Amino acid sequence: MAATPANSKLIKGATGEWEVIVGLEVHAQVNSRAKLFSGASTEFGGAPNAHVSLVDAAMPGMLPVINRECVAQAVRTGLALKAQINCRSIFDRKNYFYPDLPQGYQISQYKNPIVGEGEIQVDLTPEHSIRVGVERLHLEQDAGKSLHDQSPTMSFVDLNRSGVALMEIVSKPDLRSAEEARAYVGKLRSVLRYVGSCDGDMEKGNLRADVNVSVRRPGEPLGTRCEIKNVNSIRFIGQSIEVEARRQIAVIEDGGVIEQETRLFDPVRGETRSMRSKEEAHDYRYFPDPDLLPLEIEQAWIDALAAELPELPDAKKARFLADYGLSPYDATVLVADRETADFFEAAVKHGGAARDPKAVANWIMGDLSASANAQNLPVSDAGLSSAALATLVDLIGEGVISGKIAKDLLVMLLGPDKGADPRALVEARGLRQVTDSGAIERAVEAVIAANPDKAEQAKGKPGMLGWFVGQVMKATGGKANPQAVSDVLKARLGL
Amino acid sequence: MPVDLATVRRIARLAHIAISDAEAPALQGELNAILTFVEALEAVDVTGVEPMTSVTPMKLPMREDVVTDGEIEPQVLANAPLAEDGFFLVPKVVE
Amino acid sequence: MEIELSDLTSLTLAEARDGLKAKRFSSRELTEAHLQAMARAKGLNAYIVETPEQALAMAKASDAKLAAGNAGPLEGLPIGVKDLYATKGVHTQACSRILDGFKPTYESTVTAHLWRDGAVMLGKLNMDEFAMGSSNETSYYGPVASPWLPPNWSAEKARAALGGDKRGLLAPGGSSGGSAAAVAARLCLAATASDTGGSIRQPAAFTGIAGIKPTYGRCSRWGIVAFASSLDQAGPLARTARDCAIMLGSMAGHDPKDSTCVDRPVPNYEAAIGASIKGMTIGIPREYRLDGMNPEIEALWRRGADWLRTAGAKVVDVSLPNTRHALPAYYIVAPAEASSNLARYDGVRYGLREPGADILELYENTRAKGFGAEVRRRLMIGTYVLSAGYYDAYYVRAQKIRTLIKRDFETVFADGVDAILTPATPSPAFGIGEKGSADPVEMYLNDVFTVTVNMAGLPGLVAAAGKSAEGLPLGLQLIGRPFDEETLFSLGHAIEEAAGRAPFPEPWWG
Repeated sequence: MAATPANSKLIKGATGEWEVIVGLEVHAQVNSRAKLFSGASTEFGGAPNAHVSLVDAAMPGMLPVINRECVAQAVRTGLALKAQINCRSIFDRKNYFYPDLPQGYQISQYKNPIVGEGEIQVDLTPEHSIRVGVERLHLEQDAGKSLHDQSPTMSFVDLNRSGVALMEIVSKPDLRSAEEARAYVGKLRSVLRYVGSCDGDMEKGNLRADVNVSVRRPGEPLGTRCEIKNVNSIRFIGQSIEVEARRQIAVIEDGGVIEQETRLFDPVRGETRSMRSKEEAHDYRYFPDPDLLPLEIEQAWIDALAAELPELPDAKKARFLADYGLSPYDATVLVADRETADFFEAAVKHGGAARDPKAVANWIMGDLSASANAQNLPVSDAGLSSAALATLVDLIGEGVISGKIAKDLLVMLLGPDKGADPRALVEARGLRQVTDSGAIERAVEAVIAANPDKAEQAKGKPGMLGWFVGQVMKATGGKANPQAVSDVLKARLGL
Repeated sequence: MPVDLATVRRIARLAHIAISDAEAPALQGELNAILTFVEALEAVDVTGVEPMTSVTPMKLPMREDVVTDGEIEPQVLANAPLAEDGFFLVPKVVE
Repeated sequence: MEIELSDLTSLTLAEARDGLKAKRFSSRELTEAHLQAMARAKGLNAYIVETPEQALAMAKASDAKLAAGNAGPLEGLPIGVKDLYATKGVHTQACSRILDGFKPTYESTVTAHLWRDGAVMLGKLNMDEFAMGSSNETSYYGPVASPWLPPNWSAEKARAALGGDKRGLLAPGGSSGGSAAAVAARLCLAATASDTGGSIRQPAAFTGIAGIKPTYGRCSRWGIVAFASSLDQAGPLARTARDCAIMLGSMAGHDPKDSTCVDRPVPNYEAAIGASIKGMTIGIPREYRLDGMNPEIEALWRRGADWLRTAGAKVVDVSLPNTRHALPAYYIVAPAEASSNLARYDGVRYGLREPGADILELYENTRAKGFGAEVRRRLMIGTYVLSAGYYDAYYVRAQKIRTLIKRDFETVFADGVDAILTPATPSPAFGIGEKGSADPVEMYLNDVFTVTVNMAGLPGLVAAAGKSAEGLPLGLQLIGRPFDEETLFSLGHAIEEAAGRAPFPEPWWG
């Protein structure tokens, strides 16, 4: 159950306050080499109808054979969601006609899914989390793709994606705001990437959500919900909820009634639109697929998969807090992505020496992230090894370089000197900071001597210290320890 | 339980088979003849009986996650009524 | 010993096999003899596509293998293939207009086994559209005439009817009508067929030949156009039980591409032919004795039981209480599965495409034009019984009744019965145009003795058991334990021996 502070998520309408109820059906493409029921490749892109077998094209006489790894991925995900794994589940046919659905039915799971109830802990802030219930997870086939913009009169059908395995993860209607929904999807995505069952690439369409929204006055029964289909970014998930909630509130406050319907979110116009209504609501005529038997998996296999699961985000965050004394904020940021968390730990533990985890965390979350983002790469792959980062932090700790020099050093290590050993680079470029007090005093004297008027003014204006520090740093080629420079200047200028 | 003409048309739409107004009554008669025939089953006591899930007792076989298929565009498109640049073509679908 | 070319088609599959091995004739001669017979028999409309070049090429290759001592179990033997099976590069349409022009780029597993074992393909055989029918009258290519003359018809009268709409000529049964007619008219040594509710066994009985629907899962369904997935099974039609045993030995076997195909070794079925049936227990189910049953059929059934008793089997009365529910339950389950299996025929990726202003019209026009009346009926019933509000009342209920039917058989087999003897059909063959036009259910009643076997997934064999008073073939059915086709072959052979082998009709057709 969502434990939301009362009233903070409510939306103010014209006639009073409204509660928004949100449930999400997330479709996650399963990480596997081949498709769910056919041996064709799941590789993204490719020439039209290249990754298509006769089974995917629904030729006469074709039959499905299930891919064990897809089942394993569903089980792993279920375990990560602390969910009930059903040893016996059924594949059903969902019957409807569409050009990108060659069989005229989708093989899915209806009443007996492979995974039952579970839950996810979602951090709304580093200190405050909510528990969001998961209703179920099931396996199903993805459909192909129809391109409608290639010609004025014809649609172009590509079946590459047809038959790729999807996990549909259905949340309970526990979410109460756009913010909670965004956080839920973010956390779910993180869990999927940790488990390795989905790469969560929303740009490629590997993760998308159908968003169910309804509104009610606090304390009243649930309102009629509308489903916004195929929302493919976390930002749009948030926007569509806000837009749809307000639409529903306006309709009700105007005396109208919410029709249960399927809608599409238009991010350009910032509105949801009803999908062109067919003459009937779909009657999918679900029935168990007679080409497949009930799926039966052994508890021993489930246990083996559980044993192989990596440390999941919640456990890792708890361990980071306990072992490394990180703040909740830092721990949350670092564990969001498994590679980043591993990179952090490798840097902290490198060489068996103990170094300040907070310092390592700051470098990762600051300069290194900035560079990684600019290159559109993950932090762990931005060009700096965990060993090099560890060395960088050690050099500062040992006083060999200042923090400022370290920033410059990082730029070198990410650019022209990629892969270099930081210690060797420091020596080669003469980057050792100047800590010798004699040298610093001489530099300070020289700058003060060159700027006697300013030195006079500074006596009454502490703000001018910064200028002097800058000048001394310039004069020493940036190598003087800024703290020491500042101390000497303060003494000399009488600040 | 006999079906009326409206139901016959609804079923034809679900099955995506065009039927003319002229054909509908005869089709209704045929369907009702069949439904009358199967009505006898309503009287059977099926309390506590599970619906059959598989005629032959065997476990659903699973295959290895290896790419063994695909990359056969010529075969996939060989019998296409209308294709272009490797795509199947159909009259525009309005979303 | 000189063998006349025309005599070559009178051999059984086994005799032809042995003759090839003994080098009494070549596969080329054997194949040519059949091609000639086919040319004379076009009027019967058993074959819808003939593949003479391919056949002769395959025969040539087989002759080389025979000469080299490399012969497979079916080496050089000319076979006909039901149009339901995908044959690479060759017309495969399940005798439906909706698959107009479809030539698969793949071969069904079962026919691939036949070619692997050296068989020669003569052509594709006529059938009821999408295997839905019991007389081959729903085929897009028109009806098939049985080689048996209707009682009191002269050859002339029959030939005249052949040239017209065939009305009054005998139906060969269905849906494997073309396969049965071809075997009985000696236009192939054996044929592949399929059975969902009786489509191998009923035509076998109507045309005086042998046929077996093996246990569900014995043969692969991959590459066979699907009708009702949980009921469909591939099987052979041939002139004797031994021939069927030889064919099944090649057709059967595990296929990882079919999740419902079992992984069990294929026994030597031919070895069961002639095996003693002494001590076997044969069950006679009282519920198969229908009110107003055709007295000839009843007498045949009793005769069959006597034969088996004489041969040393024990005959006992058994009860299969849910028998009468099988046919209505079948006409819920089969159409339901078909309505989903035939959704792929939509004009998008292969087959017929009718014009339409939008995709919806394309679907509706294509399927209206492409499907015949019987198929349309069954798709609509199937759609209805799966639809919201009716699923539990119809489909689920029918599947529960199926469990009851299977349980009946399990109980009887557990009590020590080795096989069950029943009539195959409620009557001998009827005339083309005689049934079903007013009431579709009239045609369905033909399957009353056969559908129970598909519903329970058991093996069922039909052996030729004699003639009616009017001289028409009659058959008896044997139902066996799961994967015990051997017992059925032994019993079927015993029935054939007791009944005596009657000659097949001499060609009046061309």
